[in-house]
Amino acid sequence: MTAPAEFAGTRRTLSTRSVTSLVSRNGAFGVLVVVMVIGFLTVPSFGTADNLRNTALAASFLAIISAGMTFVIISGGIDLSVGSLYALAVILSADMSSHGSWAAIGVPIAACAFAGLVQGLIIARLRLPPFIVTLAGLTGIRGLVFYITKEGNSHPSVPGKPFFETVSRGSFLTIQNPVWIALAVFAVGWYVLNRTAFGQAVQAVGGNDTSAALMGLPVRRVKVIVYAISGVAVGISGVLSTGLSGGGQEARVGNAYELSAIAAVVIGGTLLSGGVGSIVGTLFGITLLYVIQNLIVQGFNLNSYVQQVVSGVFLLVVVILQAVFSRRSETE
Amino acid sequence: MTSTAAHTVGRSATHGWEDITSWVRQRGVYIALALVILYNVIFTAHFNQWDTVQLLFAQMPPVLIVSMGMALVIGTGGIDLSVGATMAIASAVLAKFVAPASSHGLGSPIALAIAMALLAGLAVGVFNGTVVAVGRVQPIVATLSLLVAGRGVALVITGGALVELFDPFLKVVRQGQVFGIADVMIVAAAIAVVVSVLVRRTTLGYRLVAIGGNRRAAVLAGVPVRSTLITVYAISGVFAAVAGLIATARLRASDPSYIGLLMELSAITAVVVGGTPLKGGQVRVLGTVAGAVLMQLLQTTLLAHNIPNSVSEMVEALIIVAAVYIQRPSRSAA
Repeated sequence: MTAPAEFAGTRRTLSTRSVTSLVSRNGAFGVLVVVMVIGFLTVPSFGTADNLRNTALAASFLAIISAGMTFVIISGGIDLSVGSLYALAVILSADMSSHGSWAAIGVPIAACAFAGLVQGLIIARLRLPPFIVTLAGLTGIRGLVFYITKEGNSHPSVPGKPFFETVSRGSFLTIQNPVWIALAVFAVGWYVLNRTAFGQAVQAVGGNDTSAALMGLPVRRVKVIVYAISGVAVGISGVLSTGLSGGGQEARVGNAYELSAIAAVVIGGTLLSGGVGSIVGTLFGITLLYVIQNLIVQGFNLNSYVQQVVSGVFLLVVVILQAVFSRRSETE
Repeated sequence: MTSTAAHTVGRSATHGWEDITSWVRQRGVYIALALVILYNVIFTAHFNQWDTVQLLFAQMPPVLIVSMGMALVIGTGGIDLSVGATMAIASAVLAKFVAPASSHGLGSPIALAIAMALLAGLAVGVFNGTVVAVGRVQPIVATLSLLVAGRGVALVITGGALVELFDPFLKVVRQGQVFGIADVMIVAAAIAVVVSVLVRRTTLGYRLVAIGGNRRAAVLAGVPVRSTLITVYAISGVFAAVAGLIATARLRASDPSYIGLLMELSAITAVVVGGTPLKGGQVRVLGTVAGAVLMQLLQTTLLAHNIPNSVSEMVEALIIVAAVYIQRPSRSAA
C-alpha cells in the first residue's frame, strides 16, 4: 500500500539532489574551463602537450585519494588519515619491493585497506565521531611510518623491478599510466556510487543515517566499507607514487594531503554534511587545483606561498558560492 | 525492547556499577591525568622537581591558550582549523612591525607591533566568524581555506623568510617569572579563568552553548546567532594571536613556516580529550586544561623513558580514541 508513496518520495529527493549536484558540478567544471581558456590564451608554456601531460601526472596521485575521500564525505564522514596512510603505502611499497612486484603492490594496499577498515569499525561500532577517530589515525599512522623507517632515518628504495615500475612509468597513447589508472578509479567509483545499491546506500546514510536505518539499510556496514574504500584508494596512490619515484621518499611524505583531498572534494560540489555529492565533480576539483597551481608556476612566476594564498582564496570563493547554491535549492 | 527489559531488571543489582562508570565517564580526563602523574612520581627519575614543573609551564601556554578559544568554538558546534595559521600571521605581523628597516621591517615600538599582531588575529577571527555565521559555510571548510591560505599570507608578510627578533620585551616574555612561575603561564591561567567565567556566568556563554545545542532553537529563542558566532570566532583568533606572540618570543624569531604548525590538531585533541563533545552544546574549560596538560605530560613521560617519538605518536592516537570512547554520552542520556 505504502510502496508507491515511498517511491514517489524517493524520486523527488533524487531529483532535487541531482539538481543541486548538477549546479555544483557544473560550477567546478565551468571554472575549470574558464581557467584553462585563460591559461591557453595568456601563458604560452601552459598549453604545450608536455606541460598538460605532466600536470595530469602530478594530479593523478591526489586524484585517486580524493576519489576515495568522496565516498567517505558523501556518507557523512571525513577521513583525516589519508596523508599518513599515503606515507605508509609509499614506504611499505618500497620496503616490500625486494620481495617482488606483487608484494610491493599488494601489501601496501592491503595494509591501507585494513587501516581504513579498523577506523571504520571504530566509527560505526563504537559510534565515535569520524573527525576524532581519523585524527587519531593521522597521528598514529604517521607514528607507525616513522617507526618503520627508524624515526625517519631509513629511506627504502626500489631495486629495479621491471613490472612494478612499468605500471607507474609506462604510458599508453603518450599519457602516463598513473593518469589512466586515476581515470579508471574514477570510472569505477562513479559506477559504484551511481549505479549500485551500495552507492545509493552511501548517499542515503550520508543524507540521514537514522532514516537510512529505518529503511532497513545496513548503516554500520556502509560506514565501515567507505573507510576501507578510502584506504584502498590511498594504497593504490601510494604504490603508484613509489613505482614512479623508485622509493627513497621521506617519512614526512603526504603531509597535509588530507587537506588537499578534502578541498578537491568540496570544490567538486560534494557537501561536507554528507548525502549530496558527485565523484565527477571531485575529478574536476582536483584537476582545477593542479591547473591553477601549474598556471601560477608557469605563467605568473609567483612564489609557492603566494600559491597557497591563491588556492585558499579560491577554496573560500567556491564554498561560499556552494553555500549560496545549496540554500537556494533548499528553499525551492 | 528486550534490552530495555533486561536493563530495568538488572538495574538494582548493577546500580553501584553504573554509578561508578558514570563517575569515571565524567571525570575520565582527570583520572587519566592523575594516573600519568602518579606513574611519573614513582617511575620517572627527577620528576619530583621544580624544574619539571617549570619546563611544563614554559611549554604549555601556547597550546593552552589556543585550546581555550577552540573550546568555545567547538561549544557552538563549530571548529577552527585556522588557529595555527593565525599564530603564524600574528607572528609575521609582529616581525614586520618591530624588525628594523635593515631587515625589511618598519622599526616601530613593540607595543604597537603587539597591538597590530592582536588586531590581525582579531581580523582573522571576525572573518572566519562572518563566513560561518553570515555566509553559512560549514566551519570546517570555512576555516580550512584560511588554514591553506593563512600560512601563505604570513610568508608574504615576512617576504618568505625567517626574521630574527632581538627586542628586549620578547626576552621578558620568554624568561619573565613571578614567584618562580613563568609569566606566560600566568597569562594562560588568567585566560582559562576568564573563559571559565565567560562560559558559566555571562550571556555570551549561555548563547554560544545554546547555538551549539540546537542552532534553529537558538534562533527561535531570540539568540543573536550571527553576532554570537562572530564574537566566538573572534575570541579564538585573538587567543591564537596571543599564542603566536608567545611562540615567537620562545623561538626568538618569526618563522611563518614553523610557528603554530599543527596547532589546530593539538588544540582540538586537548578539547576533545577534555570531554567537550565535538557536536557542540557544552564547553568543559577545566577538562580542556586537563586534556592539554595530559597530552603534553604524556609526551614528556614517554620521552623521559627513551620511548621513540614514533611510538609516542601511536600511544597518543590510542589515548585520543580511548578518552573519547570513555567519555561518550551514555545511550540512555542520548
